[in-house]
Amino acid sequence: MKGKRLFKVWMSPALFLAPALLLIAVFFFIPVVVSFLMSFTDFDIYSLADSSNARFVGLENYKNLLSDPLFWKAMHNTLYFVFIGVPLSLFVSLGTALLLNSKLIRFMSLFRLAYFLPVVTTLVAVAVVWRYIYHPSFGLVNYLLSLIGVSGVDWLGNPNWAMPALILMAVWKNFGYNMIIFIAGLQNIPPELYESAQIDGAGRWQELLHITIPMLMPTTIFVSIITIIGYFQLFAEPYVMTQGGPMNATLSIVLLMYQEGFRWWRMGYSAALAFVLFLILFAATLIQLHLQKRFSTV
Amino acid sequence: MKANKVLINTLAIAITFMTLVPFVWMVSASFMHQGEANQFPPRLFPETFSLEHYLRLFISMNIVRYFLNSVLLSASITGLSLLVNSMAGFAFAKFHFPGKESLFKLLLAAMIIPAQVTMLPLFLMMNQLGLINSYFGVIIPGMASIFGIFLIRQYISSLPDSLIEAARLDGATDFQIYWRIVLPLAKPILVTLGLFTFMGTWNDFMWPLIIMTRESMYTLPVAMANLSGEHSQDTELMMAGAVITVLPVIIVFLALQRFYIEGIMLGSVKE
Repeated sequence: MKGKRLFKVWMSPALFLAPALLLIAVFFFIPVVVSFLMSFTDFDIYSLADSSNARFVGLENYKNLLSDPLFWKAMHNTLYFVFIGVPLSLFVSLGTALLLNSKLIRFMSLFRLAYFLPVVTTLVAVAVVWRYIYHPSFGLVNYLLSLIGVSGVDWLGNPNWAMPALILMAVWKNFGYNMIIFIAGLQNIPPELYESAQIDGAGRWQELLHITIPMLMPTTIFVSIITIIGYFQLFAEPYVMTQGGPMNATLSIVLLMYQEGFRWWRMGYSAALAFVLFLILFAATLIQLHLQKRFSTV
Repeated sequence: MKANKVLINTLAIAITFMTLVPFVWMVSASFMHQGEANQFPPRLFPETFSLEHYLRLFISMNIVRYFLNSVLLSASITGLSLLVNSMAGFAFAKFHFPGKESLFKLLLAAMIIPAQVTMLPLFLMMNQLGLINSYFGVIIPGMASIFGIFLIRQYISSLPDSLIEAARLDGATDFQIYWRIVLPLAKPILVTLGLFTFMGTWNDFMWPLIIMTRESMYTLPVAMANLSGEHSQDTELMMAGAVITVLPVIIVFLALQRFYIEGIMLGSVKE
């Protein structure tokens, strides 16, 4: 009797869950495990034809990775992109959120729409457009600079400027997303806080520093982590705009992983790269959880 | 106060220019004659409107095919994933079974694993199954999404249990309850998730790039990336291709933007 009841309890939800769980298990969980195992093998183009050609090599791939100057270059570039791009992006998102949340603004929803439009557009297509905007002789950026008497730069062709150019484009493309979340956060701050601050004679700056920014802390932690995770996965921009150049100045971790895995078919090595990326994102998430706990208890 | 108002609105307009100028330029250059976009100082508007680049894309390049590939993949993944994820979301929201909470937690925890980790074995798997250069190679791994299950579960959880109990007393089967009661009530979240999925698939690049190696199977983003390598000097042609790629998502977004904005909020709600 009891067995029969348990069967019935399981049966119906199991049928509803089966398609999704089966797909997730086969096409997500198993690949994750296989990828992990692959990172300890020398899986390459010969193994592609016959996987018995792959041999277990222990930590060899990870050791090679740590002594590969290309890996460190990619790591350096990715960290540059993340640590300059994310704060800049959050700053613009918060600034525009404050602007659109102002009582003085007219046509707020139209502005919100315009700021949000880059978020939904196809990254590859806008990367092609921005490559034109950065064109050394016909591009808009250098033209605008020439109007104020500054001589232009070959943005994507100069190793010092290529990464800042990608960061600028990424900020343009993404800031609207976090802006929406910040606006919601701003609207959740109880108005009484501002009222009592005004009675105490606080100015606009003091309100911003002592009410708005502290009250937005949980939102800020949340958006910074999703932005950091997104920025660590930099791929399409350098793939389309610079192919990782000039002189590997825009080679990112994911682009290196793609090249090693799918261009040179060094899949064991590429899998090790993928796991290094995973470890970084895992660490970033742990830091977020820790920060969230700290700020929710304050 | 008046001065502040002018200042704030002027600033808002200035930022609007910065966000929209790339689009204006893209559209404008796509209508220019060959070579017109490559001059100094740059022209903001074409001298005369020319459709030559669109015609070239349609006639001598395979853009219709890429467009249809993108439409087919985005539409089928959207439809199938709504079905699969809403079924699972319903089970997590309204059934009680042993191990439910831990299973759900396991799925949520897995969300931090980046998709790139799965791509190498997934490629080998698709190779074994003969699904390289096949629509199924993109559709099958795109069908189930943990984020989608999460979003739908949150929504269905908020529907009153009494509705389901009443239907059960009337003799409805679980499937009838799901199909006739829960799905119609969950319409807003289905539209939101459908919109996210459609646009996400349309804009997706890395996996189609890996698995669609034959030219006739390219999606628009893959075709754009390829074109921009081969025709990098053909600015006007590139811009026309970019317009065709982004126009559908912009139209879909403008039509359903309310749902999209709401979806961002729902997705950012912490468990």
